[in-house]
Amino acid sequence: MAHPSTYKPTSGFGKWIDTRLPFPRVVHDQFMVFPTPRNLNYWWTFGGILTFMLVLQMMTGIVLAMHYVPSADGAFDSVEKIMRDVNWGWLLRYAHAVGASMFFVAVFIHTFRGLYYGSYKAPREVLWILGVLILLLMIATAFMGYSLVWGQMSFWAVTVITNLFSSLDSLIPGLGTTLVEWIWGGFAVGGPTLNRLYSLHYLLPFVIAGVVILHIWALHVPGNNNPTGVDVKTERDTIPFHPYYSIKDGFAIVLFLIVFAALLFYVPNYLSHPDNYIPANPLQTPPHIVPEWYFLPFYAILRAIPSKLFGVIGMLGAIAVLFIVPWLDTSRIRSTSYRPIYKWFFWLFVITCIALGYLGAQAPDGWYLFFGRAFTIYYFAFFLLIMPIVGLIERPKKLPGSITQSVLGSQASKPPSPPPPGPDDREGLA
Amino acid sequence: MAMHRFLMAAGLLTSAFAVPGMAVAEEAANGHGPVIEAQEWSFAPPFGGFKQGQLQRGYRVYKDICASCHSMRFLSFRNLAEVGGPHFSPAAVEMLASQVQVTDGPDAKGEMFQRPGRPSDRFPSRFANDEAARAANNGALPPDLSLMAKARAGGADYLYALLTGYQQAPAGFDLTQGMQYNTAFAGHQIAMPNPLVDGIVPYTDGTEPTVDNYAKDVSAFLMWSAEPTLEERHKVGARVMIFLFVFAFIMFLAKRAVWERLHRRDHSHTA
Repeated sequence: MAHPSTYKPTSGFGKWIDTRLPFPRVVHDQFMVFPTPRNLNYWWTFGGILTFMLVLQMMTGIVLAMHYVPSADGAFDSVEKIMRDVNWGWLLRYAHAVGASMFFVAVFIHTFRGLYYGSYKAPREVLWILGVLILLLMIATAFMGYSLVWGQMSFWAVTVITNLFSSLDSLIPGLGTTLVEWIWGGFAVGGPTLNRLYSLHYLLPFVIAGVVILHIWALHVPGNNNPTGVDVKTERDTIPFHPYYSIKDGFAIVLFLIVFAALLFYVPNYLSHPDNYIPANPLQTPPHIVPEWYFLPFYAILRAIPSKLFGVIGMLGAIAVLFIVPWLDTSRIRSTSYRPIYKWFFWLFVITCIALGYLGAQAPDGWYLFFGRAFTIYYFAFFLLIMPIVGLIERPKKLPGSITQSVLGSQASKPPSPPPPGPDDREGLA
Repeated sequence: MAMHRFLMAAGLLTSAFAVPGMAVAEEAANGHGPVIEAQEWSFAPPFGGFKQGQLQRGYRVYKDICASCHSMRFLSFRNLAEVGGPHFSPAAVEMLASQVQVTDGPDAKGEMFQRPGRPSDRFPSRFANDEAARAANNGALPPDLSLMAKARAGGADYLYALLTGYQQAPAGFDLTQGMQYNTAFAGHQIAMPNPLVDGIVPYTDGTEPTVDNYAKDVSAFLMWSAEPTLEERHKVGARVMIFLFVFAFIMFLAKRAVWERLHRRDHSHTA
């Protein structure tokens, strides 16, 4: 939240740098004393977890890139060389691969949290839009990263997904084909395709990091939303970010790492497909081409729609619709906890996303196709019909008078107390 | 498989801990698919490791039987000496390597020449290229086995089921000329003839030379060759998990202590 700076440089160097590049002031104001609602629950720790995961993916990725050979002939073998001959290469590679899955687990939870608590509503629309942009960039980055293994599933996933652009041929004959050949750098997926995917896979994480900085900036202007959705009213509603939320986020990261490590050390290949341990073979199509688990809901939408072009539009639209959520939701209040009707639709939407993920892994025929279509319809109806209509007709439950009241009950109506003990408060440690 | 993975990933959203150790009897669920039963393996997570004797016997089975058609291009003789692998003595590895002839060169005169193998040499391949392999095998290509245990759903369970799954085709089954019936193989028609019969590979350590033991041993060997760092991974994993649990407990106490300040303040002003 925008608040007057309380930073007082003490050392000579501190004063000198403060009039030139006030970086210590920014750290102090934005990450130490930053006023944060006192009632944030553990669903709010995933922002910190995601930042941690981004850094971890970049660090493991940079070292992997030192050993990886981005060529159609060398890619698969170089991954095996990393697994067998590079010191701790198996740990780096599994951490990076399982890390991608964990990154998506965290980003999905983070997005659902934003949806549930109405964190996209004014004045946080830009914050939300930047978040959706990060999600989109993550999807692109993960897709390109998966292709680099150059196993059977990598190769055929690239073939299927890049081929989607050829659906533009039904709009302007030749446009799609031209575009696909331009993307491939040839007449089929091959070495040139791999090289450009590698280049972009290395670039995009840095773009994500840039957008993350904007995302945090956009968060720090209005400040955090909170589980009640009620605005911060007095100083009593907030506590300094450090130490209260730095320690809470830290604890959450360690819990998250326990799940991560269990997958990484005990079942590192559980979330990937066995076919990707077969080198890419352009002459042999696998019986079932399935994407990584985190793309399955979108894949189900793609295949639920009979027309190829509209399938692609539906798949992209499933993300694109998130951009306009701030203007689709007509509710006067933010938090779903106080919305008796919308609550049911929200949880049905969560079930829909999980169901679409399940259906994305099945062959699209019979009942699978029927339910794929039904859930696809609900997916879009949730945003385009339910969000605008329910918000207008629903009578929300009574909101707490303030954040403090929601935590302490009616005691909160007592006269204001001094600000909470901060990081420099020794007495508080006693 | 992808479905199981998705559901598990979805499960992660709510559960704090994932249960490892799931050998999936894949399509067996739908009744007519291949039958793959989960076996007891020494290397099962979370604490399992390879049995050195089993890997040495498994290598023997690979060398005597599988290698007559299948390559293992990611393996070198030196790997056989690895701790957490077959752990042959350096002298034994030298000896095993020297039994093969390797083409090297060119020498100073520009000629290629033959020399005995060294530990740094890759396992020899029976065929010069895939075309030669197909020509010798009725059009079927014997796949490289280095990663086989990770490249098939079911892993070592699948390999064991395949090697012990040769049967007489049931009455009415339309078996193509030159194919064999196998309960574990998708479609039940496999080009590879039954490679194992009791006693075909001599065992010197007292283990019964049966098809069942051959299949188990070579499946374990192929699991090691696909995942040579498995044992190290489990060992490092145990330490990391202990560290993380202790770390989490300390973080929990620290978090509680810090938030106590806030609760004290609230009560001091409302009491």
